[in-house]
Amino acid sequence: MSKKSDRIDRLAELTAARAEDSEGHSVWRESFHRLRRSPMAIVGASVVVVFVLVALLGDIIAPHDPISQSWRDEVFPNRNEFVGPRPENLLGLDNMGRDQFSRMVIGARQSLLVGVVATVLGLSAGAVLGGVAGAAAGLGGVWGARLDAVIMRVVDVMLALPTLLLAVTVAALLGPSLVTVMIAVGVAQVPIFARLLRGSMLAQANRDYVLAASAVGVRTRRIVVAHILPNSLGPVIVQATLVLGIAIIDAAALSYLGLGNPDPAVPEWGTMLADAQRFLSGAPELAVYPALAIIITALGFTLLGEAMRESLDPKLRK
Amino acid sequence: MLRFVVRRLLQLIPTLFGLSVLLFAWIRLLPGGPEVALLPENATEEQRQALRQSMGLDDPILVQYGRFLGDIAQGDLGVSTQTNRPVLDEFLTKFPATAELAITAMIIAVAVGIPLGYFAARRRGGLLDMAAVTGSLVGICTPVFFLAFVLKVVFSEQLGIFPSLSRQTPGIDATSITGFHVLDGVLTGEWDAAWDAIMHLVLPGIALASIPLAVITRMTRASVLEVLDEDYVRTANAKGLHHSTVRGRHVLRNAMLPVVTAVGYLAGALLAGAVLTESVFNFGGIGQFLYQATQERDYPVLLGFILLIATVYVLINMLVDISYGLLDPRVRVR
Amino acid sequence: MRKHRRPLLVLTAVASALALVATGCASEREDGAAEERNESEPFIFAGAGDMRSLDPILASDGETFRVARQAYETLLRHEPGGTEIVPGLAHDWEQSDDGTEWTFFLEEDVTFHDGEEFNADAVCANFERWYNFEGIYQSQSVSYYWTTLFGGFADNDEDLDLPDPNFAGCTPEDEHTVTIEVEEYSPDYPGAFSMIALGMMSPAAIEEMEGEDIEGDPDDPAYPEYSQEVGTVAGTGPYEFVDWDHDAREVEMQRFDDYWDEDRAAQIQTIIFQTIEDENARMQALQSGDIHGYDLVAPADVQNLQDEGFEVPERGVFNILYLAFVQDDAGFEEREDAAEALSDPDVRRALAHAVDRQNIVDSLLPEGGEVATQFMPDTLDGWSDDVPTYDHDPELAEELLADAGYEDLTLDFCYPTEVTRPYMPSPQDIFEFITHDLEEVGIEVEPDSYEWTQYIPHTESGGCSLYLLGWTGDFNEAYNFLGTWFADYRPAWGHDSDAIFDTLDEAAAEPNAEDRVALYEEANEVIMEELPGLPISSSPPSIAFAPDIDPPTVSPLTQEEFAETSFE
Repeated sequence: MSKKSDRIDRLAELTAARAEDSEGHSVWRESFHRLRRSPMAIVGASVVVVFVLVALLGDIIAPHDPISQSWRDEVFPNRNEFVGPRPENLLGLDNMGRDQFSRMVIGARQSLLVGVVATVLGLSAGAVLGGVAGAAAGLGGVWGARLDAVIMRVVDVMLALPTLLLAVTVAALLGPSLVTVMIAVGVAQVPIFARLLRGSMLAQANRDYVLAASAVGVRTRRIVVAHILPNSLGPVIVQATLVLGIAIIDAAALSYLGLGNPDPAVPEWGTMLADAQRFLSGAPELAVYPALAIIITALGFTLLGEAMRESLDPKLRK
Repeated sequence: MLRFVVRRLLQLIPTLFGLSVLLFAWIRLLPGGPEVALLPENATEEQRQALRQSMGLDDPILVQYGRFLGDIAQGDLGVSTQTNRPVLDEFLTKFPATAELAITAMIIAVAVGIPLGYFAARRRGGLLDMAAVTGSLVGICTPVFFLAFVLKVVFSEQLGIFPSLSRQTPGIDATSITGFHVLDGVLTGEWDAAWDAIMHLVLPGIALASIPLAVITRMTRASVLEVLDEDYVRTANAKGLHHSTVRGRHVLRNAMLPVVTAVGYLAGALLAGAVLTESVFNFGGIGQFLYQATQERDYPVLLGFILLIATVYVLINMLVDISYGLLDPRVRVR
Repeated sequence: MRKHRRPLLVLTAVASALALVATGCASEREDGAAEERNESEPFIFAGAGDMRSLDPILASDGETFRVARQAYETLLRHEPGGTEIVPGLAHDWEQSDDGTEWTFFLEEDVTFHDGEEFNADAVCANFERWYNFEGIYQSQSVSYYWTTLFGGFADNDEDLDLPDPNFAGCTPEDEHTVTIEVEEYSPDYPGAFSMIALGMMSPAAIEEMEGEDIEGDPDDPAYPEYSQEVGTVAGTGPYEFVDWDHDAREVEMQRFDDYWDEDRAAQIQTIIFQTIEDENARMQALQSGDIHGYDLVAPADVQNLQDEGFEVPERGVFNILYLAFVQDDAGFEEREDAAEALSDPDVRRALAHAVDRQNIVDSLLPEGGEVATQFMPDTLDGWSDDVPTYDHDPELAEELLADAGYEDLTLDFCYPTEVTRPYMPSPQDIFEFITHDLEEVGIEVEPDSYEWTQYIPHTESGGCSLYLLGWTGDFNEAYNFLGTWFADYRPAWGHDSDAIFDTLDEAAAEPNAEDRVALYEEANEVIMEELPGLPISSSPPSIAFAPDIDPPTVSPLTQEEFAETSFE
C-alpha cells in the first residue's frame, strides 16, 4: 500500500516544487501553455468538452424520450428481430423499442452526474480529513502530530482496500440505487484525496514563501487559507480529472454487478452494456455503443489528467 | 536485515487493527443498524428486540468491538447465509482458484509488459512506442467485464479454442492436493489435468491481466526513460561499454525497482478485477463468491471476505516491501 | 463458422492474430474431442442453480428435482413427454371409492443403489420417516411437499402453524403390496405419489439418517450432512450419485448397473449436472462445447441455436405467469396507500385493462406462448371458457381509475434479477413492458428489484404491491395450480374471499371427477371476477442440446429422464 501512497505523495509534491520554480501565477500560465501544446491534452480535452456538452444539453440533443417504448411493436427480442439505424432513430432501437441514440445521450448525463457527485464527495471528505491532518501536522505540536498520525493511519488502511472492492461493499450494504453508486465510488476516493491534500500542504509548509510570511508575522490561519490551500489545488484538479475517468468505469462495473440503479428504464451506460450482452447475436451494436462510449469518455479524462500531471511535473516534461 | 523484516511485520499489527476498526464501524454505520440488513422491513418490535438481544447490540460499543475482535482472533467470521458454511472455510477453499488466476494474470502482465515497455522506451516515439502508450491507456479505460465477455465470445463461442467457463473440465480425472489445479497436475504427473487447467486459465487470465499489463508497460517505459537519462548510463555509454552490457547491467536492473513495487499494489487491482472476471467465466473463486454475496445480501461473507482480502493484500505488499529491501539496501534504512 | 456478426468481425480479426499463438492447443482440443467419443465421456448438463439437497424430501425447487429424478423413483410417474400418470415402482394401483385407501402393487426385483431390496416395507419406512419428522424438518422451507400433499406430522410443532396430518398409515399387505391410508380424500392423489420429493429412499439409508438434526433458523435451515455429501442416500433410479463438488458446483452421477427396468436403463455411463447461473453463459458454454445441454434457454437464443445446428426440442405448456395485486400491507408501512388502493376492485380491473399482455407474448415469450385468461393453463380440466376477460384498453383503465378517485396512483412493483424461470424468461423485460403500460394510464411505478432467493420470501410475506411470479404444474390436476394460491388467505395476495376459499374447499373434498371439474370452473370464474391478480401467460420453457446428442423426451412438467439420453 505504501507504493500507492508514494505515487500520491509524488503528485502532492509537484505544486510545491512548481511554486518554488517561479513566482505566483505564472506557474499556472506556464503549465497551461505547455498543456496547449500537448496532443494528449488536446485530444483528452476535446473528448471531455464534447462529453460535458452532450451531458448538459442532453434534453436538446436527444430527439426522443429515452424512456418511452415508442416503437416496441417493431422490436421482437424473442425472435431476435431488432431495428437498426434509420433516419428517425440514428442508432436504431433497443430491445424495448426505445430510441438508442436518445438513450446514449441521456446516459451521458447519468455518467457525468455519477462521476461529478462521486468526485465531489470523495474530494470534500478527503479534503476535510487531509486538511485537518495536514494542518495539525504542520502547525500543531505534539497533539497535532498525534491527530495527524491517527487520521493518516485510517486513511492508509482505506488505501489498503482495492477501490472497486471498497465500492462493492458500500453498494452491497446500502442496497442498489444511483445514490449508492455515487457514494460507493466517492468513498473509494476519500483516502486518495486525503493523502494528496495533506501531502501537498506539508510539502509547501516548509517552502520559503510560507516561512517568509510566517516570519513577517502573518497569522497561521491566514497562511493556510491564503497561500497553502490555493497552491494545493493543482494536484487536486489533476487527481479529480483522473478520478472522473475511473468513476465512469467503476460505475459501469457496479451496474454490471447489479448494484446500480434498480430502475432499468433509466438509461445508464454500464447498465445498458451489461444488459445488451444478452442480445449479442441479434443486435451486437446495442452492446458496442455503450462500451465505446465508456471507453472513449474514460480515455478522454485519463488523457487530460495525465497531460496535466506531466505539465506540472518537471521530471516528466521533456 | 532481520530487524528490517521484523519491523515490517510489526507494522502489520496497527494496519490490521485499523482495518478491523474500519469494518466494525462500517457495520455500525449502516442506517438503522445491522437489524435493517438482517430483518425484513415489516419485522415487529419484538423481533427487533430479540435480534438486538441475541447480537448484544445493546451492550456498550467497546464491549461489542471487543467481542468482534475476539471472534476474528479465533478465526470465527460467522457463517455464510447462502451455504451455511463458515466464512473462513469458504474463503480457504475458494482462495486457490483466485490465487491461480491472479498469478496467471500477473505472469502475463510481467512477461508482456516489461519487454513491451522496455522496447517502447528504447525507440521512443516509434511505432511500437505509440502502440504501447495508446494500448495501455485503452487497456486501463476498458471495463474488465466487457473485455472478458468479448474474449469469451471470440475465443470460446466463435473459434472454440478455449473453454468458456470454470477451472476444469467436469469429470476429468484429477487429484487435488493443494487446490491449485496446475500445480496439482504437475505434482501428480497428471499432465492432462494440468494442461486442462492451463487452458481454462488463459482467457480469464488475459482479461484480468489487462489493467496490470497496461500499468506495468507504462511504468517500465517511464522508468527506463528515466534511467537512460541518468548520468551513470551516459557515462557508461561514453566509456564505450558495449550496448548490451549497459542495457543489461544498468538500465534494465535499475528500471526494474519501481516496477517490482508496482506488482504489489497491482495485487489490489487483481483482487478487485477477479470479482468481475470470475463472474463472467463462472470461475468459482473468491471473486465470484463475493459477487454472489452482494446479490444475496450475504453480510457475513461480504464483511469477512473484505477483511480477508485486505489482509492478503497487506501481506502481499509486505512481501514486496521486504523483497524490495533485499534488492535495494537504501530502503532498509528508511 | 457461417455466422455473420458485423461489428464483432473486426474484433474477431484482431483477436485472431492472438489466436495464432494458441492454434496448437486448438487442434489438440478438437481432435481429442473427436476420437475420444467413447463410453467414458460424461454428458454435462447445465442448470441455472445449485441443487439444495441429495434427499429430495428436503427440497421444493426444480434444480434439485431435476437431479433427484435421475437417482430416485416414485410409486407412480408421468408418461414421458406428457402429463398422464403411468406406473412407476408400482405396476398397478387401486383406490377405495372414498379415495382414502390407496393400494400399490410393487415391481419385484428392484434394488436400491446400496443393494437393499425395494419392497412394501421399504415404502412404509419412507412414509413413516416423513410422517414422523420433528423440529426444523417440519418447516415449510424443508418439507414443503410433504405438508402440501399429506398435511402435518405425527407430532406437529406448535410454533410452526401446521395443518393436521392427512396421512393415516402405511400397511404392507404382502412383500410387494402396500396400502397407504389418508384421513380425507384430496385431489392431490394420486398425483402426489408421482412427486419426486417423495422419491423412494433405501431403508438402510433412512436408518443411517436417523437422529441427524437440522440446525439453524426454520426459514434458513442448515441442511444435514447426509443431504450435502454423497455416501448415505440411495435410491432406485437409473443413475446413482458419485460426487457433489460444492465449490465447482457440479454433481456427478454414474449409471446404476443393477437398474431393474432394462428398457429404461441409462445409456451414458457418466452424467454431470453443472450450475451456470447466467443464461448467456449457459448458451456460450453449449456453443463452445463445454456442455452438452442446458435448460431455460432465452427465447432470443432459440432461433440462433437452431440455425447453428443445436437441438431445441419443443416442450408442452404447463405453467402460468401472473402479476399479483397485493391488497394487504402486511405491516410494511410504506405500502399502506398502495394496499388500500388495490383493495378497490375497480383499481384492480383498471390495472388488468392497462396491461398489454398480447404484446408481452408477441415480443418476449418463446413461440407457443399464449395470453392466460385464468390462473391455469387451458390443457387442464377445470379451465373455464366463461371467465370475465380483460382486454387491453388504456382508455377504460384511465376511466376506471378516475371514477375510483385514483388519478394519482403510485404503486411499488417488484421483479427478480439475475434469474430465468420456466414460466418467465427475462423478468426485467416483462417488468419494463408492464411498467410502461401502467405509466401510460397515469400510474406512477416505483421499481424494486431483488435477487431470487430474497425475492421469494419478500413477496411471500407481502412486501410488494405488484410483483411477477408463476408456477409450473407438478401433476395434472387443477388444484395443483388453484390450491397453491387460493386455498386460504395468504399475505402474498392479501385477498380475503370466502367465495373463492369455499369453492376450492368443496372441490378439494369432491372425489367425483366430473363434479370436481365443475367446481374448478366455478372457482376460476369467481377468481377472475374478484381479480386478486392478473394471469399473464402460459409459455413453453426451452431446453437445448448439442447436435451430437440424442436428447431425452422433453416434458411439459420439465421432468426429463436423462437415462434416455445418448451420444449419436
